[in-house]
Amino acid sequence: MAKNGVFSRLRRLEKSEDTDEFSACIDSHEVHVLAVDDSLVDRKVIERLLKITACKVTAVDSGRSALQFLGLDEEETSVGFHGLKVDLIITDYCMPGMTGYELLKKIKGSSTFREIPVVIMSSENVLARIDRCLEEGAEDFIVKPVKLSDVKRLKNYMFGEGRVQRQERGFNKRKLQETCDVSPSPSPPSSPSPDDTLSSPSSPSSSLPFSPRSSRQSIPP
Amino acid sequence: MEVDQLQRSFLEYSRLLFHEGFLDGQFSQLQLLQDESNPDFVLEVVSLFFEDSERLLNDLTIALDQQNVDFKKLDAHVHQFKGSSSSIGAQRVKNVCIAFRNLCDEQNAEGCLRCLQQVKQEYLLVKTKLEALLRLEQQIVAAGGAIPMLNEFC
Repeated sequence: MAKNGVFSRLRRLEKSEDTDEFSACIDSHEVHVLAVDDSLVDRKVIERLLKITACKVTAVDSGRSALQFLGLDEEETSVGFHGLKVDLIITDYCMPGMTGYELLKKIKGSSTFREIPVVIMSSENVLARIDRCLEEGAEDFIVKPVKLSDVKRLKNYMFGEGRVQRQERGFNKRKLQETCDVSPSPSPPSSPSPDDTLSSPSSPSSSLPFSPRSSRQSIPP
Repeated sequence: MEVDQLQRSFLEYSRLLFHEGFLDGQFSQLQLLQDESNPDFVLEVVSLFFEDSERLLNDLTIALDQQNVDFKKLDAHVHQFKGSSSSIGAQRVKNVCIAFRNLCDEQNAEGCLRCLQQVKQEYLLVKTKLEALLRLEQQIVAAGGAIPMLNEFC
């Protein structure tokens, strides 16, 4: 699909020269996001927002389900390996049972999963809440309703430095460069990120007007 | 009907709904997520919203019908309704929910009852309008046209 083609080219532009062969090899690995939200409407929206940003999505309706999926649930006797590595967790804050904050603590408290970036979403723009989440290790805090620009900003955590570092622990980068059958393509000097809404993590995101990717006609007012 | 005409009607109607505050920028965000691979996305989300809302309104009615109103539970339902209406851009419904939550905080049962009526009204209004808008959309697509978008409301 054209959309995905454009996206992977953009992704390559974002990476620095020496990780280019690396990125070419993992090009087929789509980022997998675990989305947690008790609202059916919000789950549908976040799922679509993530898919349109070329992510694989698993959407669950509670913190408990999220932990079960990861295999962190104490009651789970079997090794909770569901086959797909999780690259990012995005969770609602206010949920019945386990809150997003409690889920965050459980993930950051796990030696296996603490490296996974966790992003919190909340309809309430409360500074104390934001601070608490960031202090507990959340990567970012998004004020609902979630917009496309918010999700595009997130992809920096998934495709940026952080992800490459995490991958390096699993792959031996040097080994990969040797064994990878890649024809070196001249990579352009690091260009500005196509993402035009980089904002500091603790500030509520604001979306800027941008041209839609669909085949819609934009008719000026 | 010609595609041009349909598209013009669609734009006019959209503009009206935005100007009257029934819809806000979040609705435009949803439209941006619709494309050839997901041509019914907006319809699907809106349908989920309708189902969800009807359930919530029912829960709210029951909660307020109790001898001793559990305001915490009431607030939890309103919070959910506020969330879903905000996520689809149903601005007026969302605003009534905000007022509703304040009344829950105050434990004002009478005020809450009035607010419930108001939120039901706003919900029915936006439901009718969204259904009309989406019907227009379907007509445009059936006539082979592309769905126009109001960039000013993104």
